[in-house]
Amino acid sequence: MPSHFTEEIMLSSVNSAAHAVGNINPASDADVHIHVKQVDKVFGKRGAEVVALKGIDLDIRQGEFVCLLGPSGCGKSTLLNAMAGFSLPSAGKLEVDGKPVSGPGPDRGMVFQEYALFPWMTVERNVAFGLEIRGEPPAQIDGTVSMLLDLLGLKEFRKRFPKDLSGGMRQRVAIARVLALDPPIMLMDEPFGALDALTRRSLQDELLRIWKQMNKTIVFVTHSIEEAVYLGSRVVVLTYRPGTIKQDLPIDLPYPRDSNAPEFNVIKKNLATLVHAEHERFANDERGGLTLD
Amino acid sequence: MLARLFRNLAVPVIVLLLWQLLSNAHVVRPEILPSPTAIAARWIEYLLPQEPAAGFLDWLQSSELLSDLFASLRRVVLGFGLGAGLALPLGLLMGTDKRVEALLDPIFQFLRPIPPIAYIPLAILWFGLGDPPAVFLISIGAFFPVLINTIAGVRSVDSIYVRAALNLGADRMTLFRRVILPAATPYILTGARIGIGTAFIVVIVAEMIAVNSGLGYRILEAREYLWSDKVIAGMITIGLLGLAIDVGVNRLNGYLLRWHRGLEH
Repeated sequence: MPSHFTEEIMLSSVNSAAHAVGNINPASDADVHIHVKQVDKVFGKRGAEVVALKGIDLDIRQGEFVCLLGPSGCGKSTLLNAMAGFSLPSAGKLEVDGKPVSGPGPDRGMVFQEYALFPWMTVERNVAFGLEIRGEPPAQIDGTVSMLLDLLGLKEFRKRFPKDLSGGMRQRVAIARVLALDPPIMLMDEPFGALDALTRRSLQDELLRIWKQMNKTIVFVTHSIEEAVYLGSRVVVLTYRPGTIKQDLPIDLPYPRDSNAPEFNVIKKNLATLVHAEHERFANDERGGLTLD
Repeated sequence: MLARLFRNLAVPVIVLLLWQLLSNAHVVRPEILPSPTAIAARWIEYLLPQEPAAGFLDWLQSSELLSDLFASLRRVVLGFGLGAGLALPLGLLMGTDKRVEALLDPIFQFLRPIPPIAYIPLAILWFGLGDPPAVFLISIGAFFPVLINTIAGVRSVDSIYVRAALNLGADRMTLFRRVILPAATPYILTGARIGIGTAFIVVIVAEMIAVNSGLGYRILEAREYLWSDKVIAGMITIGLLGLAIDVGVNRLNGYLLRWHRGLEH
């Protein structure tokens, strides 16, 4: 186990070095962290099935920041939930480090849009929860919790309950809670969707800092084109129903990115064309859903 | 401040005054409705020790009111503890496991509408007289509110907490103890509060029938001597005890649910 761990860190540093110069090398099999092959996901009863995902192929390497982008109903959250192990694929292969995903696990930390903090626990108890389950000694838990609260600027909120925190603060706690277990992968489901623009930007910058500093692999669901281009080392655009991969685009711009730069806006515009076409299909379905029968 | 106090007290004071005047004028016979002053005097007599007491402990023991109060309270605590103690784990189990619920729900749905009072004859047949039938009746009164609310509470737990806990590596037991139970606490406490209220009603009835101590027994005994003032003094004591329990439970709820949005002041 420890040797595997160090190997992973070495691989990841190689990879993030590649990202820093804005260059993604073709992956060898050993590089692939999350392997998605021909994944389908079908919801609903026979005769009234909804095909949420169809034939998804996606390889994510250690250290990548992948944004899944698409309109509502395109299956981006479905794909994320499949990676998290909450809802397994109906068909196809989904592996993390060569092992098939069979259920949720602390190696894939999930951050939800609705924060999902335990409201009956204080900030520090929320962050300590995963470590307590893992059975770490209290002194060590306390040290990790203090370090993370410091890192995310939550020191003076340690003893507060979630209801006393703003949305931005809550999401910081949720990120700290996931980071406590030091998962190689972070799965984030529109985590900043409910925040105001300024809070959103500062959390995005913080997330980028954490991503670099801690060498995480991040899969980030969003419907904001701007957010995807600002954050992602790679943006994957999904189609609306059935969800398939429409475009898999590496973003080569160096970090930190300037959202007013012309090259930023060129990428944004290109992506917007793709996403809006899918959004039209979604809107048509919403308007005329009954005419489909 | 003073104006508010005046407004709050105006109606009760007027009612008491009218009542006292009517009594003084002998409009109503004291056996039917004794005067407020007579009731107050009787209440103090009921509270004070029957023999001169040597100390505080002595007083606690020889005051009729206090020993009745403790007898009633003891039955409420025992009966509620038994009823709620059975209902809580059953409710947690029925709320989480559909199969257990399918097995037990029909019988509970059938038994639930039967008022605890209706069990009195059976309770006496099964347990004779004394504390056991009283505790049995009270536990039935406390059981169903706690059960129903616990089931509803478990059902109401937002699945996102469960998903978050599983994602952080929680096993079934941890999920139960640290997520489902606390998330369901607001409902469970509501059930407990209703259960205590029911227990309190049942204890008075049970004491009128099965035992010879406690506040319920005392007011029935006083009626036999036509001591209406003591009947009312007993009723006032019951009211005060109920109020005290409610305030206490409320405080406890406020503390246990200090994390809950609904209680933001």
